[in-house]
Amino acid sequence: MKPILPFAALAIIASPALAKTITVAPGPDAQSRLQGALIEAAPGDVIEIGAGRFDLTDGLSLDVNKVIVRGAGPDKTVLSFKGQLGAGEGLLVTSDDVVLRGFAVEDSKGDGIKTKGADRIVYKNVRVEWTGGPKETNGAYGIYPVESSDVLIDSVIVKGASDAGIYVGQSKRIIVRNSRAEGNVAGIEIENSRNADVYGNTATHNTGGILVFDLPNLPVMGGGDIRVFKNMVVDNDTPNFAPKGNIVATVPTGTGVLVMANDNVHVFDNDLSGNGTANVMIISYPKAFTDKRYNPLPRGIAVGGNRHGKAGFAPQLPGGAQLAAAFGGSLPPILWDGSGDKAGLAVTDKVTVLGLGLALAAPPETAKPAPVDLSTGTAMPQPARVVLPEAMEAAAR
Amino acid sequence: MNLARRLAIIVSAAAALVILGAAMEDARGVNDAAITGEGYPATLSEFHLFTDMATRAPAARVTPYTLNTPLFSDYAEKQRYLYVPGGKAAAYDPDKVIDLPVGSALVKTFGYQQAGRFKALETRLLLHRASGWVAIPYVWNADGTDAVLKRAGTRIPVTFTDPSGTIRTISYSVPNQNQCKDCHALSGAVTPIGPKIRNLNDGKQLQALLKAGMLDRLPTDAPRLARWDDAAAPLADRARAYLETNCAHCHNPNGAASNSGLYLDWHQADLNARGILKHPVAAGRGSGSNEFDIDPGHPERSILIFRMESADPGIAMPELGRATVHAEAIDLLTRWIAEMPPAGTPADIGVKATRN
Repeated sequence: MKPILPFAALAIIASPALAKTITVAPGPDAQSRLQGALIEAAPGDVIEIGAGRFDLTDGLSLDVNKVIVRGAGPDKTVLSFKGQLGAGEGLLVTSDDVVLRGFAVEDSKGDGIKTKGADRIVYKNVRVEWTGGPKETNGAYGIYPVESSDVLIDSVIVKGASDAGIYVGQSKRIIVRNSRAEGNVAGIEIENSRNADVYGNTATHNTGGILVFDLPNLPVMGGGDIRVFKNMVVDNDTPNFAPKGNIVATVPTGTGVLVMANDNVHVFDNDLSGNGTANVMIISYPKAFTDKRYNPLPRGIAVGGNRHGKAGFAPQLPGGAQLAAAFGGSLPPILWDGSGDKAGLAVTDKVTVLGLGLALAAPPETAKPAPVDLSTGTAMPQPARVVLPEAMEAAAR
Repeated sequence: MNLARRLAIIVSAAAALVILGAAMEDARGVNDAAITGEGYPATLSEFHLFTDMATRAPAARVTPYTLNTPLFSDYAEKQRYLYVPGGKAAAYDPDKVIDLPVGSALVKTFGYQQAGRFKALETRLLLHRASGWVAIPYVWNADGTDAVLKRAGTRIPVTFTDPSGTIRTISYSVPNQNQCKDCHALSGAVTPIGPKIRNLNDGKQLQALLKAGMLDRLPTDAPRLARWDDAAAPLADRARAYLETNCAHCHNPNGAASNSGLYLDWHQADLNARGILKHPVAAGRGSGSNEFDIDPGHPERSILIFRMESADPGIAMPELGRATVHAEAIDLLTRWIAEMPPAGTPADIGVKATRN
């Protein structure tokens, strides 16, 4: 009985007659048994990681296509990297059509799970956590797919990342849904990526809830066509604990949804509340850059149909306190730095928008804050729903 | 016959057998089938790369080589060998690793001086099969008579004396097969890193390879990479040679660190991509709260130095194979960055950036 391979392009030499399940239980020598299973797996295999705690000394890695790595649940199968001596992440995946589900990665010294150039990757019911709470010494990213097409992140939990809990970088066709990001600097971050749907997530007690960034000088440029909808972005109140030098270190505490540069980003039907600086911020890239391919301005950004609770009550901006006082104690829930073409911004939420009147890359001290009407602009048509291959959806059921 | 004589005969017969065995090994030469076949032999001895495992005397055509600027691996000593099967030659390429034909092998034994002699810890093989290169780690047994396959890698506690005379105890990491690939992958395919023409070019060994028929040609203008420890060479050449060998296998547009945008390969012309006033992308706490990978004139504010100075896996660069700080290289790169004209001064190198 030969398995039917849905991917014609999958070159498998000597494919196994039948997919097998490799079981790895906790206990002595877990490092080499688990890493051995990940190396010796063949396409189609399932690696079943048993319930219990695995104390690991080195990052794990998978480089075989079409493998399912499955634990007994995000609270039952725990891969602990507290004693990690080497490698930049807890688990690294560099192959395609991989499914990661039902396990936790704890206390990795660097990133939690990185999947690089791993197309059609599925994360389901995975937890990545730094168990000591928010600390600058925690790893940067919890879940970190990069340079990948077709990314599905579903029902994951990430806590304590010193950069972003869920970070999708330089990728295309992405869904992040039904997940929880708590106590990270950035809860969910989509960076230099195209076609992303971010919905049904809860981002709470981070420094910033959901960030959509586009940065210069990267191999993959031109972020945009992104929808952020039906999320709970509430009480993002953790003081920024990112090491300086990183772009997220500049995110003010109390940021709900932040759009920096990018084109065609739609933020709608979200519950936004308890974000002390702003529920929504639309800004340009604030630093100098040399990359001629790069557009630092936000273009065609639509914000509408969101439900705004309290916001702007503790703005972490230069002169924020005085500014808030001038507005009767709280800033308006939506901030726009004033850069880019107003005609391409469409903010139709029935709340005040505060314009900061900043020229591109101007210092914040030069702001000329004033309410601004962005309801008459025209954003781009909403991007189409991201549809991932059915095999990925099936794997996440 | 008394017992002693009997024993003597037995012993000498055994010795004769051993000698005969060695001679047979010699006659057989390298086990080409083990190199090109499928699978991974369980022991290093099966490859017949050495005529004698205990002394690691190389078999015929297993040719030692050195690199002008090698990869730093926790001060380990390395014995490198190149094997090209009979009747074949590697193809000269000025820019890349020498193009080794199918059936070739690269053999690298890592170890330390222990009680005055070299003790082998592991031997890494790169084998050129018809399907491409494969990388396999073998770990030596305690008495140094053979090495066994360790696809999942391992850790070995080691105590050694570094060049400064400091005694160090580390957990030496033998990489697993995927980690071999982490460094040795270009666009996803395993490839050798070290034996580039410019890094082999020491004025002698390429000529010897040519003479032995193992290299197809050798133009007189072959490029030459500086030795990082050559005090007579220009500082920038030494620094960039070190970065090329220690960083560029990942930090290039097709390597494991492609997404960083930091490219430390010899050919990189874009100063920002080379790290000059380049903001970090995904460095996390690896930034050390610094703004730039390289801040000209300010090594103390350069992420590159910060990450070299750390042995914490969440910070350290390279990510693999370094539990020890390479003090001598940090000195070199610190001096190199210190000598760069600072940004904004008349002599600066023209990359603009903002500080927060």
